[in-house]
Amino acid sequence: MSPGWFVALSAVIFCIGVGGVLMRRNPLVVLLCLELMLNGGNLALISFARMHGTGDGQIFALIVMVVAACEVVVGLGLIVAMYRRRLAIDVDSMSELRG
Amino acid sequence: MSAGAYGWLVLASPLAGMILIALGWRVLPGRSAGWLAALAILGSFVASVGALLALQSLPEEERAVTSSAFAYAQTVGVDVDLGILVDPLSVFMVLVVSGVSFLIHVYSIAYMGSDRGYARYFAYLNFFVFSMLLLVLAGNFVLLTVGWAFVGAASYLLISFWYRRDTATRAGIKAFVINVIGDVGLVIATFLLFSGTGALDYAGVFEAAPEAFNRNDGTLVAACLMLLVGAFAKSGQLPLHTWLPDAMEGPTPVSALIHAATMVTAGVYLIARTHPLFELAPAAADVGAIVGTATLFFAATVALVQTDLKRIIAYSTISQIGYMILGVSAFAYGAGLFHLMTHAFFKALLFMAAGSVIGAVGGNQSIERMGGFRFAMPFTHVTFAIGALSLAAFPLTAGFFSKDEILAFTLNRGGTLYPTLAVVGYVGAFMTAFYAFRMVFRVFWGEPVPEALVLERGDMPHGEHANPATGEPEDSDVGFPGPDHHIADRERSMKAPMFLLALLALVGGAVGIPLVSDTLEHFLEPTFAESAFIEQVPSESAEITGLVVGGLVGIAGILLARELYLRRPGSTLAMVARMPRLHRFLERKWYFDELFDVVFVRPAKGFGRIGREGIETGVVQGLMGGTSGIVRAGAHLARTVQSGYLRAYALLLVIGLSAMALYFLIVSA
Repeated sequence: MSPGWFVALSAVIFCIGVGGVLMRRNPLVVLLCLELMLNGGNLALISFARMHGTGDGQIFALIVMVVAACEVVVGLGLIVAMYRRRLAIDVDSMSELRG
Repeated sequence: MSAGAYGWLVLASPLAGMILIALGWRVLPGRSAGWLAALAILGSFVASVGALLALQSLPEEERAVTSSAFAYAQTVGVDVDLGILVDPLSVFMVLVVSGVSFLIHVYSIAYMGSDRGYARYFAYLNFFVFSMLLLVLAGNFVLLTVGWAFVGAASYLLISFWYRRDTATRAGIKAFVINVIGDVGLVIATFLLFSGTGALDYAGVFEAAPEAFNRNDGTLVAACLMLLVGAFAKSGQLPLHTWLPDAMEGPTPVSALIHAATMVTAGVYLIARTHPLFELAPAAADVGAIVGTATLFFAATVALVQTDLKRIIAYSTISQIGYMILGVSAFAYGAGLFHLMTHAFFKALLFMAAGSVIGAVGGNQSIERMGGFRFAMPFTHVTFAIGALSLAAFPLTAGFFSKDEILAFTLNRGGTLYPTLAVVGYVGAFMTAFYAFRMVFRVFWGEPVPEALVLERGDMPHGEHANPATGEPEDSDVGFPGPDHHIADRERSMKAPMFLLALLALVGGAVGIPLVSDTLEHFLEPTFAESAFIEQVPSESAEITGLVVGGLVGIAGILLARELYLRRPGSTLAMVARMPRLHRFLERKWYFDELFDVVFVRPAKGFGRIGREGIETGVVQGLMGGTSGIVRAGAHLARTVQSGYLRAYALLLVIGLSAMALYFLIVSA
């Protein structure tokens, strides 16, 4: 299979992620969509790594996963904090930084 | 010690007094601030005597000692020292200034006794005397200007001493503004002289002037006229006199100080000091003589009808200074300065006695409220009468010799101008005698007022606490006059200086009796040795004629006052009724205040209003408003981006990244 298919799939996954981040209001879903975006990127990295026949892309994908794990920790922590302070689980209600 | 060292002592003493009192006002108990201040001025006087003796021990041609503390301003072509000049003229002036000021200080100790601003008063008073001494001792035009401006500032402080009194603060501002006009004149004159001669010290300017300027040279005449502007502003000459009667808002000893010892005599001193320039520019000297004569006539007419006791004396000061200006402008320096001295004696005395009377009627100054005080306050009465006699040039008093000396010299100048001026001077002398005794008869003779009867019983009348000019109620806290009034008959420290001054007003003329003694003129001679007019003295017969005419004129004025106020009381009211317009004209002081109001004050106010309403609100605030509006609009735009919505930020991020990706795609393609 040509790498084009893989890259196209990764673009589709990335765009789904972007759409979710921009449109959903539930922070949990936003976080999930962020993961989708990252994994879309990972897929592209691995495809290109395979195309070139080197391991660089794979290593980079692994690092992205580590970063994603960290990000999930922070994001979930935020959501738990919101929940414990009995705030609405809604990203739009957290707009106190409005200028 | 050298004369120069004594000169510095003269300056240091009141300066030290001022600083001590100003710093120690919290801890100085009772009346000690007053005594300290008086002591400082006494120190000045003693040092002046020292300077006199040191100067007299020098040979005549060396009697001009300069002493410099340090270089004040030294650059290419300019060389100004912080230096003083001790010569007969300045020593004469410091003797008069410090001597009379000392007596006024002693008088003030009791007079201001109950005032809450006691120490402040004496600090100002010392500063005033210091400024005047600096002005007189200054050895160059720069230091002269410094002293000149200091005197103006000190007069402002003292005139508005009762600073919660609206009328007093306004009078202070008026005095200051008019004095600044004089300062500007002096500064311009200094520039003109410097541009011509390249020097700023007296000796240098006078030496270079004959080579630098032709006789009646335009620049020199302009410089001399500017000097005259300075002299007129300080000495209350037409048309810059309006501040002086208003200055009566200050405490009475301050009036005495301004009018007798310091300040107003500065103009006379200035002309005498710069006499080599005026002799080179006789046109300017003529202007001085004419203005002096016009002033003496104008002020004498106004003094005839005023009803405020202190204002009458103030106008008499303007008038007498007119004589002095006439004298020194007619190059009769000895006579002009002689009158300066005798005037200092009798004018200080008149003010002190007036202060005593004003105290007796509880701070009121109107002679309508006074009368019949001669038994209630015999001492005040006698001293006031002596002062009035001397002012009226009654034969053998001090004022008699000095005033007639001026007029005799003026007559002697010849031509058509000067004899005319002398005749006007005699008319003025007649009016002077009349209004001097109008005061005596109105205040001390006639029916006793209730306050006089209270005093005769041995009590002290209590004045109401109110502004005598407007009747506004006042308290007696700091910023207003104190609760108690003091009269000379019951206060020894007021009596003693008045006694001394009365003595001097009677016999002070002994230093310059024509044909008999010319001590003063001889003493001053070294200063004026270069003058071409030093030899032009009236003949013996002219002197004697002058004395006789002057004496007769004075006596006639006194007799007329006696006739009108004692023999036929009420006849003056009939005269006023017959000539209401003339009376009103004189009472409004020839409408000078109104004229200035129309010509200067109102246009200035209108200009200010245009500036405030047109330029300030239209242009300045418009510019400011426009600028802030632009910033505000920009900020508003930037603010809307900060919506606070996470999704909006994410969208912006995506758009930005997409745009960048698109850009690079297009560029690489």
